[in-house]
Amino acid sequence: MADNKKCLAYITSQVKLADGIYSMWLKFPEDTDIAGKAVPGQFISMYSRDSSRLLPRPISICGINAPDNMLRVVYRIAGKGTEEFSHMAAGDSIGVIAPLGNGFNIKETAGKRILLIGGGIGIPPMLGLAAGIKGDVTAVLGYRDGSLFLKEEFKPYADVYVSTEDGSAGIKGNVTDAVKHYGIKADIIYACGPLPMLRGVRTFAAENGIKAYVSLEEKMACGIGACLGCVCASKEKDTHTNVNNKRICKDGPVFDAMEIEF
Amino acid sequence: MNLSVNFAGVEMKNPVTVASGTFGSGAEYKDFVDLNKLGAVTTKGVSSVPWQGNQTPRICETYGGMLNAIGLQNPGIDLFIERDIPFLKQYDTKIIVNVCGRTVEEYTEVVQRLADTGIDLLEINISCPNVKAGGIAFGQDPELARQVTDRIKQYAKQPVIMKLSPNVTDIAEMARAVEAGGADAVSLINTLTGMKIDINKRTFALANKTGGLSGPAIKPVAVRMVYQAAHAVKIPVLGMGGISCAEDALEFIMAGAKMVAAGTANFHNPAVTEEIIDGIKEFMEKNGVKDINELTGCVK
Repeated sequence: MADNKKCLAYITSQVKLADGIYSMWLKFPEDTDIAGKAVPGQFISMYSRDSSRLLPRPISICGINAPDNMLRVVYRIAGKGTEEFSHMAAGDSIGVIAPLGNGFNIKETAGKRILLIGGGIGIPPMLGLAAGIKGDVTAVLGYRDGSLFLKEEFKPYADVYVSTEDGSAGIKGNVTDAVKHYGIKADIIYACGPLPMLRGVRTFAAENGIKAYVSLEEKMACGIGACLGCVCASKEKDTHTNVNNKRICKDGPVFDAMEIEF
Repeated sequence: MNLSVNFAGVEMKNPVTVASGTFGSGAEYKDFVDLNKLGAVTTKGVSSVPWQGNQTPRICETYGGMLNAIGLQNPGIDLFIERDIPFLKQYDTKIIVNVCGRTVEEYTEVVQRLADTGIDLLEINISCPNVKAGGIAFGQDPELARQVTDRIKQYAKQPVIMKLSPNVTDIAEMARAVEAGGADAVSLINTLTGMKIDINKRTFALANKTGGLSGPAIKPVAVRMVYQAAHAVKIPVLGMGGISCAEDALEFIMAGAKMVAAGTANFHNPAVTEEIIDGIKEFMEKNGVKDINELTGCVK
């Protein structure tokens, strides 16, 4: 029977964090337990009110407030749909399906050194994970410039290091440069960011024998595993698709970095 | 009030199904929609062996629609029979299996494998714009379309729906060709071939360069073609192309479609088919229509 559906969420607050970067808290209907079911690493599908824009925008979960059935998303304006979202304000409603996809595997974190790596708009899901994980946590955040959105919010949960492309804050370079520069040791890496960054993280993890999980993104149409729009190549034949493709929306968005090709 | 229709000899509780490829095998939507409410579930195209599909990006949004170039990725007929058909049989809905292939032999192989599986109808995809061989080649030449229909009919145990491409000069001629080949029904329209350029990256938005356009943007084209096809042949028409609400569905029905399918709209609202069925009922109540069949092709 149908037990999930698109619903209207209410925006309780929205603030601009940096140029083109917005933070929004959404409250879900009382007859749902959306935030209670959500875990870090999952995403939500957000729908435009303009019917010329049909497809949901998949946005990663940045924060979870289960008692109040609220989720936080931090997103970048990437086109007209997300620009429309940025003009919304507290009290507005928005169509959503949530939560979707699978979260980060945090079953084996006890006693381990955890390294969270976020690049650009890949940083928000790492904050959600930092808040949901206990132990020895280090976060390395990669920014384009000195506009260090969300950085301070990591501090209650992790030791925080920064890299910037222009060198205006932290190490000049990328996140793996920062990891090497500071000599950060880890047993498990969780990473989200642009593909070149994730490839660098995978190489670093492989060279150092570190388990690494990466969160991917791709253009999606359904967000629920039906359309096969958002696949990535997998090393093993996938049990659902019966070919070497996994669905980022349904089988991911988090994958063991060694199990997929990207 | 009667919502049931007899489509190519199969009794459907209502005239609403989904467009192949937008609904997986149905399992992907089971948490979002009560599959028992649908007249039929139409499954994603299945071929004789697993197909990997195209490179990504496979999807892009366009104004009032979308382009896709999935490339008919599918698990192949073996796994489909083992897993997907038993899943759908748990539900009180008819099963339309969409079949794709690169050659006539690939189509007939899949059709033969499906013969004793208890599915209700076959829909033959001779109109996919996103695979190079087979697919659309059969759907753009009336004589080839007639021949492939004729060959499939020699093996098919279930009624055969031929799915037509809108990327033709004369849709009526294509409908007549497959009727002459023995088709039991036609479905249309498949997607319109389109292209989008990413001006910032100065490249194609889709890895395949071209893709199939679907969604509300194509609906007037689809209504026109359904009307033309319905007037060209005696076999029933399954109409689709941009249907996203009951009013859209009723347009297709009045233009001559015995059944209708929602496609891209499932991506906008996974429960859209239930809403369409409820909306058709409301329209009938409000307008004193006792039988949905009264509306089929009522606009001449």
